[in-house]
Amino acid sequence: MARMATTRRVAVSTAGAWLAGFLIFFPILWMILASFKTELEAFAIPPSFLFFHWTLENYATVQERSDYLHHALNSIIIAGGSTLIALLIAVPAAWSMAFSPTKRTKDILLWMLSTKMMPPVGVLVPIYLIFKTVGLLDSRIGLVFILCLGNLPIVIWMLFTYFKEIPRDILEAARMDGATIGRELVYVLTPMAIPGLASTLLLNLILAWNEAFWTLNLSTSEAAPLTVFIASYSSPEGLFWAKLSAASTLAIAPILVLGWFSQKQLVRGLTFGAVK
Amino acid sequence: MKKVLGAVCGVSALLFSVPSMAETTLTIATVNNSDMIRMQGLTSEFTAKNPDITVKWVTLEENVLRQRVTTDIATKGGQFDVLTIGTYEVPIWAKKGWLVPLANLGADYDVADLLPKIKDAVSVDGKLYAAPFYGESSMVMYRTDLFEKAGLKMPESPTWDFVIDAAKKVTDKDAGIYGICLRGKAGWGENMAFLTAMSNSYGARWFDEKWEPQFNSPEWKKTLTTYVDLMKQAGPPGASSNGFNENLALFNAGKCAMWIDATVAASMVTNPKDSKVADKVGFALAPNTGLGKNANWLWAWSLAIPAGSKKSDAAEKFIAWATSKDYTKLVASKEGWSNVPPGTRTSLYQNPEYLKVAPFAKPTLASIDAADPNHPTVKPVPYVGVQYAAIPEFQGIGTQVGQQFSAALSGSTTVDAALSAAQSTTEREMKRAGYIK
Repeated sequence: MARMATTRRVAVSTAGAWLAGFLIFFPILWMILASFKTELEAFAIPPSFLFFHWTLENYATVQERSDYLHHALNSIIIAGGSTLIALLIAVPAAWSMAFSPTKRTKDILLWMLSTKMMPPVGVLVPIYLIFKTVGLLDSRIGLVFILCLGNLPIVIWMLFTYFKEIPRDILEAARMDGATIGRELVYVLTPMAIPGLASTLLLNLILAWNEAFWTLNLSTSEAAPLTVFIASYSSPEGLFWAKLSAASTLAIAPILVLGWFSQKQLVRGLTFGAVK
Repeated sequence: MKKVLGAVCGVSALLFSVPSMAETTLTIATVNNSDMIRMQGLTSEFTAKNPDITVKWVTLEENVLRQRVTTDIATKGGQFDVLTIGTYEVPIWAKKGWLVPLANLGADYDVADLLPKIKDAVSVDGKLYAAPFYGESSMVMYRTDLFEKAGLKMPESPTWDFVIDAAKKVTDKDAGIYGICLRGKAGWGENMAFLTAMSNSYGARWFDEKWEPQFNSPEWKKTLTTYVDLMKQAGPPGASSNGFNENLALFNAGKCAMWIDATVAASMVTNPKDSKVADKVGFALAPNTGLGKNANWLWAWSLAIPAGSKKSDAAEKFIAWATSKDYTKLVASKEGWSNVPPGTRTSLYQNPEYLKVAPFAKPTLASIDAADPNHPTVKPVPYVGVQYAAIPEFQGIGTQVGQQFSAALSGSTTVDAALSAAQSTTEREMKRAGYIK
């Protein structure tokens, strides 16, 4: 009897989990389906779920009209570059705050977070003027720089919480054995914090990949990443959902694949330290 | 330290994009409408004639484009050489000194051939500040088969009474046929474009001569009550989220007996590739109430040069090419006459080949001629613009008012409450902007 109840409970929770997963995934699935429809079918009421005339026409149009590889390469450089630089700055910062906190550490952490509380559009004009003056408009390095700055508070906060979970005694033991700060960081701290580092890296990569305010406003054509590519498929006068869906599917494909392969690290990293 | 500096310089060199200096590169900002996409596809024809010029396209969503281009112009960023803007922006931006007047379009450009109403809309003090790429008004598109079945005959210039009566007669909700499809999605360029034009035909106006908002007038009440009642009885479900594209899809799927919207839609609803009702569509002028104004608007997507561009000569060359008579001929030879950009030149409406393939040509021209941005309303107004008031504050106010009216349509507020909210919002914003005390 007890076993039956357990089996039933497992079945119910499995079904529940699948249902929740399906609901969350549904908008993306719908977008992928719409990308294979004709414009008229993508708009049809009632909508057809699977039984429609499947077509690759939208992908062909998108391929013909836009330089997908150019935009994808820009996205990779901008998201990857900003993530790596952010990590390079954040690891030592988080290390010092976690292991040698001062009276002001808490204030500094809160101050950093407070920079995320201002809507970016509030500083659009000043940033635009600075970028214009130093010649960074429509340049990849400018976007790497701005996205790195934008995500830095989150990266430092995440790493800080992971580092705090690591017992100080281990670092002290390393120091007793004569390790320098550099060696301590590279050989002792980093290996222990790998799940945390990996999930921070991935999260930051996704945030930078999806960032659509600065990338749309500070790029024109040379440095334009996939967000600009997607924005070019919305039309004020003309049907566009199917083509927009095809462009969006192409834009999220790389990050979807990356997320799929690294989900183990991602989940482990996000729950790291949840249970002591 | 030196190594680090070197590495940083190396990475910077890789990341910086170095444009080639030998030729002029034009960056053109535009929206994703089919006529613009066609122009993009024909770029090579222009560069073949002008080998020293290369063209880069930046296509963006309309509102993103507006924000992007405004930031760039206001800061003199110089990122764009040619902009695609509407008739709303041209007078405002020209007065601010943001646009370069187009004085060198060439001897064979034939400015006099531009449709007078469209030319006026993109000129300030007699100077052309943008060249119209395609122009539009709005008109009634209706299903000839459904009208015949119901024994109705659409006049060339119908009254609102006729349209309302016909919409109720042909509605067959069980069969999924709705008498009329109108815009309901909130936005100054969405439902407010239609409703402002409709209000003109009912004798209403946004502001009186002293810039006092007029939403408390009986004319506005009549407009909004008629609209909401008509849509409740004869409109499709969920109309408060329908814009141009949603209605286009409904009409093309055969769900609407009438649709009042942009004349540029005519070539889309009569294109058998996209429309199930392509051979059953008739056209008429937008309705009136006998007060002398029809419920039609005027708009032209136009090409302009921002004051910050350092390549205005090359930019003007491109604009002259893209809005010329020869460009029309080029499109006709590659894609057929029905695909040429409409609504800008008189000569197009005298071309027998165009008239043969475009049954909507005459009503389009008549609609454009019937719109007057300088005298848009029955009573006098201090602003220019048919379906908008060409002041910078209008975008914000128009969208807020649009949200109220969209709510009235969905039933979440009443017509009276929506009008009084619109009145107080507009009063507040106009006071803040210093138009009224």
